[in-house]
Amino acid sequence: MQSTKILNLMWVFALLSLVAVGGGTAVLPEMRRMLVGHFHWLSDKQFREIYSIGQIAPGPNMLMVEVIGFRLAGAFGAVVVGLAFFIPDCLITFYVNRVWKRFEGSPWRTAIQRGMAPVAIGLMLSGTYTVAKISIVDLTTGLLALVVFAILYFRHVNPAILIIIGGTITLLVHGF
Amino acid sequence: MPMSEVARPRQDVVAARNQISLFSLFKTFLTIGAISFGGGVVAYIREYVVRGEQWMDDEEFLDALEVGQTLPGLIAVNLSVIIGDRIRGAAGALAAAVAILLPGTIVVMTAGVLYVGNRQNPAVNHFLGGVAAAAVGLLTAVALQLGHKQLVHIRDFLIVMATFVAISLLHRSLITVILVIGPIAVFLYHPTTHRSGRIKPAKTREPIPLAGHR
Repeated sequence: MQSTKILNLMWVFALLSLVAVGGGTAVLPEMRRMLVGHFHWLSDKQFREIYSIGQIAPGPNMLMVEVIGFRLAGAFGAVVVGLAFFIPDCLITFYVNRVWKRFEGSPWRTAIQRGMAPVAIGLMLSGTYTVAKISIVDLTTGLLALVVFAILYFRHVNPAILIIIGGTITLLVHGF
Repeated sequence: MPMSEVARPRQDVVAARNQISLFSLFKTFLTIGAISFGGGVVAYIREYVVRGEQWMDDEEFLDALEVGQTLPGLIAVNLSVIIGDRIRGAAGALAAAVAILLPGTIVVMTAGVLYVGNRQNPAVNHFLGGVAAAAVGLLTAVALQLGHKQLVHIRDFLIVMATFVAISLLHRSLITVILVIGPIAVFLYHPTTHRSGRIKPAKTREPIPLAGHR
């Protein structure tokens, strides 16, 4: 039972890592589809809360996948998910980058880099939409998202500060 | 492994790089991993590797970034692998990737263990709810700033729209979307697709806009 779950976690996150075109945000819709929809391992609320934990930590926000592993299968689950999510991409990048250099100036290389850029942006928007769907639940959270967007789009502020202020605001609005 | 003419670092740079110890490579990426709060890790890497340590110039950094963001995976991690490899080969790639992930792993797991123990606590739920909402604002700003810099053609916008609609409205799987839209997008950018044979370059090579600091 537990070992089946570990194996499932491993292939889900290894697969997610292979399709993470354009960074971590791009896989959020698929991650939710699998974890919340297909396997029913997490509720939307839990998915949202674990995603938020990733926002508070330094380094890549997607390190939160380790917390998903921990929540679902304990410490071993965290390790398995972490390795499954990071090792395939690191190996691909390592080897392809070395080969990639040979194709400098090749029209195919340029076409891949230029063509995949808008796909990546479309995927980022989809990831953003997924987080918005499960996070914007009332007027407070809606206004919060809007204000943070406006500040970051027009001013240069460390997002971490706004993230912490955001959490504090909903905490104060809803009480302890 | 032969290097191409364009991306070849100068001989003195290569010689200087051999002097960089694995330990200092590890230490620098560990520092980046520990202080890069609020996302935008790529900007921190640039700050430390290009401006601080001067291990590579901006041109080479942006080359590495272009590759790192085209390949699957987290852009900051891919970039660490590429930079580590250019400086100290396979061992350097491993050191940089582990170092950039280690501090965040410690923090996220500490927070995660506390969360799992207190996940019914309303204060925890309310706080994390606001964090997620603020993150929506952040993600939107990043996506739009990136789009503003990289989307040039009407063709770009059509690809963005098609991708978004397929995933978010038609609920197609990510694999399907990448396998269908990816090749079409690449084909649309192959020079033989255009009569002129030339592709209008992106407006700027500065791809990652948001960072915790300048």
